[in-house]
Amino acid sequence: MMRRFSWFNLTSVALGLAFLYLPIAILVIYSFNGSRLVTIWGGWSLRWYAALLADYAMLQAAVTSLGIAAVSASAATVLGTLSAVGLVRFGRFPGVVLFSGLTYAPLVMPEVITGLSLLLLFVALDWDRGFWTVTIAHTTLTTCFVTVVVQSRLVSFDRSLEEAAMDLGCPPLKTFLTITLPLIWPAVAAGWMLAFALSLDDLVIASFTTGPGATTLPIRIYSQVRLGVTPEINAICTILIAGVTLGVVASSLLAKRSQMKQEAVGIGAVR
Amino acid sequence: MKQAAPSRRIRARSLVVLIPYLWLVAFFLIPFLIVLKISLSQPAVAQPPYTPTFDLITGWAGFREFVANLSPDNYLSLAADWLYLSSYLKSLQVAAVSTFLLLLIGYALAYGMARAPRRVQPILLMLVMLPFWTSFLIRVYAWINILQRDGLLNQVLLALHLVDEPPAWLATDTAIHIGIVYSYLPFMVLPIYAALEKMDETLLEAAADLGCPPWKTFWLVTVPLSRPGVLAGVLLCFIPIVGEFVIPDLLGGSETLMIGQTLWMEFFTNRDWPLASAVAVVLLLLLVVPIVTYQHIERRRLEAGS
Repeated sequence: MMRRFSWFNLTSVALGLAFLYLPIAILVIYSFNGSRLVTIWGGWSLRWYAALLADYAMLQAAVTSLGIAAVSASAATVLGTLSAVGLVRFGRFPGVVLFSGLTYAPLVMPEVITGLSLLLLFVALDWDRGFWTVTIAHTTLTTCFVTVVVQSRLVSFDRSLEEAAMDLGCPPLKTFLTITLPLIWPAVAAGWMLAFALSLDDLVIASFTTGPGATTLPIRIYSQVRLGVTPEINAICTILIAGVTLGVVASSLLAKRSQMKQEAVGIGAVR
Repeated sequence: MKQAAPSRRIRARSLVVLIPYLWLVAFFLIPFLIVLKISLSQPAVAQPPYTPTFDLITGWAGFREFVANLSPDNYLSLAADWLYLSSYLKSLQVAAVSTFLLLLIGYALAYGMARAPRRVQPILLMLVMLPFWTSFLIRVYAWINILQRDGLLNQVLLALHLVDEPPAWLATDTAIHIGIVYSYLPFMVLPIYAALEKMDETLLEAAADLGCPPWKTFWLVTVPLSRPGVLAGVLLCFIPIVGEFVIPDLLGGSETLMIGQTLWMEFFTNRDWPLASAVAVVLLLLLVVPIVTYQHIERRRLEAGS
């Protein structure tokens, strides 16, 4: 009986992962295709990566996107960590229902609605649209993701450490900075990375809130993809995938090491 | 709870909440009110392209005139035109079908992961998460490669002699469903996995010892215990899928648009901002119940955890 179960489980996991990875693998392989026709294999080649280096508009869009992602992820990390602390530690304060509603809503809100409403706000305020409006929009979008990540860490956190510090006369702010923050640091860093990746990825909200001179990478890719599949797009997608994979693997290794270190010191938050 | 804290601490505390609170009110709540207002306006050839506009300088009289100029015309034209109704219906239908498919595939995958040896579970979890980190746009684009007429799928089908003529995959609802299931799978798997992983396995042993066949144990023990995860996954997928734009735009056809595409078209192509706003308001009303349910679950999950 157990054996039959495990066969079923193995198959479902294997099929599921194959479904998730085959399309990406195909894309990566075809980015090294020497032929201009994307469906015909013309031998291994790096020519599309070389073509990419000469594509000034694409590079410019990449720089814009990285800038927006870095600024908005940092702002979202501060805001998201604050609201996670507020929601987990302060429990019931006036307006908590509206607050938690506003915190979780962007998580599921269709992007067309968020994008449209932010654009109309910027128009009503008569702000020039460009780098900063997209940054504000992305901060609003990604704050909730940081909140969720940090929150789940705070919930499973051993509060007696904080209480011990406070009982010994440590003021709350100092307790937070010297005890709480170092312990939730992996979650804060993960939240920042998630916000960064989401900002780098967003097409819809950026399309609404951007202005002349601030074309982000997804907007640029999208306008080319609509014209059809090109090997050059395969190449830029492969670079993005490689970057993200490296980032995620490295950060999870780091998180594991810091967790092991904490456990070795004996202050690891055991669930 | 601890005893009442000194008032200085309360002030410091409220500052912690106040900063993100103000940000969300300014950039999430107020924009919706503006959308609501503009949905009651009329399009105009002006900058901004709608009328009436409200100016604080004109004071109370100006405000009264502004309110008098608001009209529900946009909502009436939404109701009168079959284009919009069919667009909403199509979105709901696509979201329902793909959420169902996601649930089937996602549950099987999550179940397999939760029953895998403890040692490999973190690796499996990371493998499921990884595509979620890579760009949405790239993942949809990857399917264009595969689904186009002379793409890989048709090459394989022809080589295996399963079809004689290469069928058209792109610009069909099938392509939309494939793209959505592919893109949203991690959102379904993760909450279900989290629920299954927490489950006490001795319950299964107890059921088996008492002579309950495995399928019945699954149905009577595992499924009810994973219900919160299933509900979270379903809502986390269903709500954004209804408003999805990128996937139907790149993979779908042009005969019936999903509502996200209709909104996009009204806004960018027709430049009818008031009508686009009305489309958004109605879409939001459709989604209010699922969104509120989702928030409720999230809060309960948090309170149960702490």
